[in-house]
Amino acid sequence: MAYNPTEFLDYYNIDDLLTDEHKLIRKSIRDFVKKEISPNIEKWAQDAHFPSEIVKKFGDVGAFGPTIPEQYGGGGLDYISYGLIMQEIERGDSGMRSTASVQGSLVMYPIYAYGSEEQRNKYLPKLASGEWLGCFGLTEPDHGSNPGGMLTNIKDMGDHYLLNGAKMWISNSPECQIAVVWAKNEQGRIKGLIVERGMEGFTTPEIHNKWSLRASCTGELVFNNVKVPKENLLPNIDGLKGPLGCLDSARFGIAWGAIGAAIDCYESALKYSLERIQFDKPIAAFQLTQKKLAEMVTEITKAQIMVWRLGMLKNEGKATTQQISMAKRNSVDMALHIAREARQIHGGMGITGEYPIMRHMMNLESVITYEGTHDIHLLITGADVTGIQAFK
Amino acid sequence: MKILVCISNVPDTTTKITFTPDNKQFNTAGVQFVINPYDEYALTRAIELKEAQGGTVTVLNVGEADTEANIRKALAIGADDAVRINAKPTDAFFVATQIANYAKAENFDLILMGKESVDYNGFQVHGMVAEMLGIPSITPGVKLDVNGNTATVQREIEGGHEIIDAQLPIVVSAQQPMTEPRIPNMRGIMTARTKPLKVVEPTGSETKTEIETFALPPQKTGVKMIAPENAGELITLLRNEAKVI
Ligand SMILES: Cc1cc2nc3c(=O)[nH]c(=O)nc-3n(C[C@H](O)[C@H](O)[C@H](O)COP(=O)(O)OP(=O)(O)OC[C@H]3O[C@@H](n4cnc5c(N)ncnc54)[C@H](O)[C@@H]3O)c2cc1C
Ligand SMILES: Cc1cc2nc3c(=O)[nH]c(=O)nc-3n(C[C@H](O)[C@H](O)[C@H](O)COP(=O)(O)OP(=O)(O)OC[C@H]3O[C@@H](n4cnc5c(N)ncnc54)[C@H](O)[C@@H]3O)c2cc1C
Repeated sequence: MAYNPTEFLDYYNIDDLLTDEHKLIRKSIRDFVKKEISPNIEKWAQDAHFPSEIVKKFGDVGAFGPTIPEQYGGGGLDYISYGLIMQEIERGDSGMRSTASVQGSLVMYPIYAYGSEEQRNKYLPKLASGEWLGCFGLTEPDHGSNPGGMLTNIKDMGDHYLLNGAKMWISNSPECQIAVVWAKNEQGRIKGLIVERGMEGFTTPEIHNKWSLRASCTGELVFNNVKVPKENLLPNIDGLKGPLGCLDSARFGIAWGAIGAAIDCYESALKYSLERIQFDKPIAAFQLTQKKLAEMVTEITKAQIMVWRLGMLKNEGKATTQQISMAKRNSVDMALHIAREARQIHGGMGITGEYPIMRHMMNLESVITYEGTHDIHLLITGADVTGIQAFK
Repeated sequence: MKILVCISNVPDTTTKITFTPDNKQFNTAGVQFVINPYDEYALTRAIELKEAQGGTVTVLNVGEADTEANIRKALAIGADDAVRINAKPTDAFFVATQIANYAKAENFDLILMGKESVDYNGFQVHGMVAEMLGIPSITPGVKLDVNGNTATVQREIEGGHEIIDAQLPIVVSAQQPMTEPRIPNMRGIMTARTKPLKVVEPTGSETKTEIETFALPPQKTGVKMIAPENAGELITLLRNEAKVI
């Protein structure tokens, strides 16, 4: 065999573009996942159990907010590092990666980017260490792809805001200590607020019976005349660009993360196909199996190069929303396709919890929908190249 | 407490081993190098002792510049500073001489190593270093505690354990289950960037051994199954084919 695979799939020597520090970060998160996640994930997923003890462990290893400056408890690392962390966590499980993405990109990022100094100091260190878990409330029952239409609202009551409305499909909600919530003010402008557990009228019912991201907890956020102190409003942002800015950061992580899931499926399929004998040969000897495997490794390699370049652009502050959309869409579609093909290679075994394939495949059905659906991202690219918006 | 931890840079344990065409050198092309696994026990235990009792942990490696990625990893796990003695580690005596010469001037209370380096599995460096420094060496340690000026080391012996108290300074070599090796965290990796890594030139070049030739162990042959009722055939094969009886 000419291509000698190592622990980190690298057909195009992309590792040459990484620093020693990047490789140490990747290896450390890989070791963390092998120790803390992989031995238990099949059971957690089968039992639809969110392992709440993982939150503190993610905090300890530094998976929450690695790009946030150290003075707030973050890692002070670059975006390639962030991407590699997401890739290795999602190689374990997309639900676990979702927990980390939401905390870092959708809770810590807005508090860091749009919050006051007091808010940064109050919340970020506790979120970074995993003492607190946060969630991000944008989607509503009747407003998913069109968040600008949201109904959740705040009224200025002089010494506080009165918050009313409901959010749906919110990752981490049932276990959260705080929620970053997007709501319209009386002028119809979208504002961000930090809502804390324990505020009267704030509840977080869990959504049950998901077939996807079963080890991650998902729920609603219900606000019934919640009095939110004025100092909990994020002062430095106004309008839909607030939540969309957070999504840029999270989608960037997903673009890397989905590659991790794809690698896990590919590696499992490759190994299985070399060991499984049919018609007196390993099934890897048949051309149709080789076509699947060869296409998998090709697609993973293309995606790896794309996200590496995107990471460099992000480090320079030059990555556009549209470029991030393209990478999120490409990586997740690629990973889901690979999961389906890998499932076929595993034959009947592929549907069991003996192999990670079906879990990844079901997880990716959420990943292809959340943070902007597959089709919405396509329309973002379409609008970018034609200059004509087709989604309104 | 001033602790020195010696780490060697070894091929990842899953590496396929090959040699150069003359069979005189190990072929390092494409090989992933890691911190010697036993040294990770020593390092983590040193950091735990420092965290509990105060002090410093210095890591030392005798090696060329390409070992620095693993030295940085040791710093990321929690060592305070590092020294690289800039030389190819050509044999155990040479390595021990370098370590001892460096340690002499620094007055370490405790020198921790792995019980053996999984590349050449010499099981020698700790004993040599202790001898050169005129201090005791306890090996292989499975448990290590320090109380004031006294170290208590539990070591494995044939069929049991031995518990030894010794006055510092001493050399101790580590193996499992001394502690659970730590995975570096992201903050540790970031702070390792700015921790000092001093490069020191070697003193002397004397070696005591030279490698004549390397050979791979014989290929494992297939398993022969012999039915229980044919025990006689088994004896014949053991005698004539395997030549073990
Ligand atoms: C497990 C999970 C976790 C989630 N976590 C969070 C979270 O933490 N926080 C949060 O705020 N949200 C979260 N979401 C919500 C997620 O972002 C939304 O589900 C997503 O934005 C899609 O919204 P929707 O489900 O309402 O679908 P809809 O918007 O109703 O879309 C349904 C279909 O219609 C298509 N469609 C819609 N509009 C157009 C158009 N203009 N042109 C063409 N096609 C269109 C879509 O592409 C899609 O195929 C999560 C979702 C899931 C499943
Ligand atoms: C690139 C390279 C080339 C080599 N070439 C030769 C060669 O040509 N001929 C030859 O005989 N050997 C060669 N070696 C082997 C080398 O001499 C031994 O790995 C080293 O001396 C340790 O000897 P040992 O196996 O006896 O270690 P052990 O005694 O088994 O090691 C015990 C402990 O000593 C410490 N230690 C060991 N080595 C080092 C080190 N380098 N720096 C700091 N601490 C250390 C560690 O804590 C280790 O756990 C080479 C090694 C390398 C990496």
